[in-house]
Amino acid sequence: MTEPRAAVADGAAGGGGGGGGAVIEVADVTRSYVLGEARKGEPRQVVHALRGVSFTVGAGEFVAIVGPSGSGKSTLLHLLGALDRPTTGTIRFSGRDVSRLDDAQLAELRNREIGFVFQQFQLLARTSSVANVGLPLVYRGVGPADRRDRARAALEAVGLGHRLDHRPSMLSGGEQQRVAVARALVTDPNVLLADEPTGNLDTVNGAEVMRLLRTLNEERGVALVVITHDLEVAALAPRRIHVRDGLIERETRS
Amino acid sequence: MNLREAFRVAATAIAANRLRAGLTVLGVVIGVMSVVLLVAVGNGAREEVTAGVEGLGSNLLLVVPGSLDFGAAPSRSRFTLDDVEELERAVRGDGDVAANVTSGEFVRSADGESFTSILGVTAGYNAVTSRPVERGEEFRQTDVVTGRRVAIVGAEAATGLFPGRDPIGRTVTIAGLRFRVVGVLERQGATLGVSRDTEVLVPITAAQRLFGTRRVDTIVVSAPSTDVLPTLSRRVEQVFAERFEPGTFSVLTQDQILGVLGDVLDTLTLVLAAIAGISLLVGGVGVSNIMLVSVQERTREIGLRKALGARTRDVTLQFLLEAVVLCGIGGVVGIALGIGLSAVATALSPLPAVVTGWSVALAFGVSVTVGVVFGVFPARRAGRLDPVTALRYE
Repeated sequence: MTEPRAAVADGAAGGGGGGGGAVIEVADVTRSYVLGEARKGEPRQVVHALRGVSFTVGAGEFVAIVGPSGSGKSTLLHLLGALDRPTTGTIRFSGRDVSRLDDAQLAELRNREIGFVFQQFQLLARTSSVANVGLPLVYRGVGPADRRDRARAALEAVGLGHRLDHRPSMLSGGEQQRVAVARALVTDPNVLLADEPTGNLDTVNGAEVMRLLRTLNEERGVALVVITHDLEVAALAPRRIHVRDGLIERETRS
Repeated sequence: MNLREAFRVAATAIAANRLRAGLTVLGVVIGVMSVVLLVAVGNGAREEVTAGVEGLGSNLLLVVPGSLDFGAAPSRSRFTLDDVEELERAVRGDGDVAANVTSGEFVRSADGESFTSILGVTAGYNAVTSRPVERGEEFRQTDVVTGRRVAIVGAEAATGLFPGRDPIGRTVTIAGLRFRVVGVLERQGATLGVSRDTEVLVPITAAQRLFGTRRVDTIVVSAPSTDVLPTLSRRVEQVFAERFEPGTFSVLTQDQILGVLGDVLDTLTLVLAAIAGISLLVGGVGVSNIMLVSVQERTREIGLRKALGARTRDVTLQFLLEAVVLCGIGGVVGIALGIGLSAVATALSPLPAVVTGWSVALAFGVSVTVGVVFGVFPARRAGRLDPVTALRYE
């Protein structure tokens, strides 16, 4: 079997510093969905969300994936988050091919490699900040006391050391998103995967969350992938991958 | 995720939504409560009957008319005092024989009147059946032979007929005939709400004249020890077999009586428990239903947990344990309510409810099992959710 080369971009060269080696390698990835139930005698309706995409995210890099809705960027997000497997092609996280992993191994990979930041924050209601931030550590088998310590440290790192026992409903949108960032950070992932992180925030809070993410990227060397349709947000990244109709349209750097 | 962590997650989820949790397990609570209470009532009835039969005296053989098979129709006695005398001769030295005839009559005194059981008895009746006279004296053989009009009254009959006065030496009128009270029985207490302390005893010959009959209803033989009961039973059997058709009489030990009554009461208890069990089952369906709704409601939470590294089995375990913990709590609450209601039933009704360990253990075990059985389906559904779809679920 020949190794497909990353044809479009080699990201290890660009970005915001950090060590060498690729965190995520995407090679010739397609992803199609079959819509509905296949009827007898009728061809199935297939949607090709991604039609052959290749790029690499280097360690400590900051990449924006930009595209309008329907461009395939959500599909790409799910693949980059190891929540889904490609139809064809390969995705490697620190060299591990997700197609060869079973569901349990994928879960472990998500837990160790990736920190998610969602547009909707996705915090557990009626649950304190500390418990929310400590949640990924539950699935790593970290004990409650240790979890609390590490969650507190992560919350302090995002400037929420004074909001440890607050519940999401008692926090502003900006604060909630910072709790979510702390949760993404607490596992020491290789990559932060942020899906429209400013989408539910006003301009001031959105800018603050982006500043926080960039600081973490620069100071901790954690790779940052931001998926957005917002060109202003994308402009913050030194490297931008534009997606359209399931293909990489172009890549820009600054 | 280890089991303790999964328990903590489940407990947190339950604590976060107490009202829903309470409504979810209400069916289980009621089911468990019913099981504990109804088994307690059945068991209480059994203990009462046992105590009642044992209270008849120890090492007894009873000779009763008809056959005492479960479901057999009661039959009229054809025993007479001749049979009693014959039996006395046959077992002399090995056992004491007593007999009675009973009927309901009006009993009147200067102060009151009541309708009560009149028991015609032989001279040895009090000793054989362990119903000693508290004050006064027992009937003598001559009282029975001559049919003397003397009476021994039960403890309650004494206070009812002669309030505040000593009945001994006073006169009661039974069905128009005057009897002189010579004794008062010791208090016996009630069995299943039926008191034997209202009975009035008279010599059996006097009773037969009163009732206009020659019959004897029950013959009791007391053995000096349990060891001789089988031989004695055979001898009694022989005597009656010579005088009566088979099937028209039964010789029974207390154990046999308890066996027959026990079977009846066990069946009753089982039926009650089964009915309560059905409500427990319905409660389980309720748990399953709400858990499914809960999984639906928490689809995004499930998606998030999976994104953060929860495996299928972690999520399944979480929801399964939630159902189990929920049902376990429901079980404990139900048991507490069942025990409480049993105490209320004992205090307010003549039927004492006796809570048994096995019914409590069974009810708890069943409710936890209900949690497992009815939690598996929703939990598996939760575990299998695709994280991508789950995260986008609105």
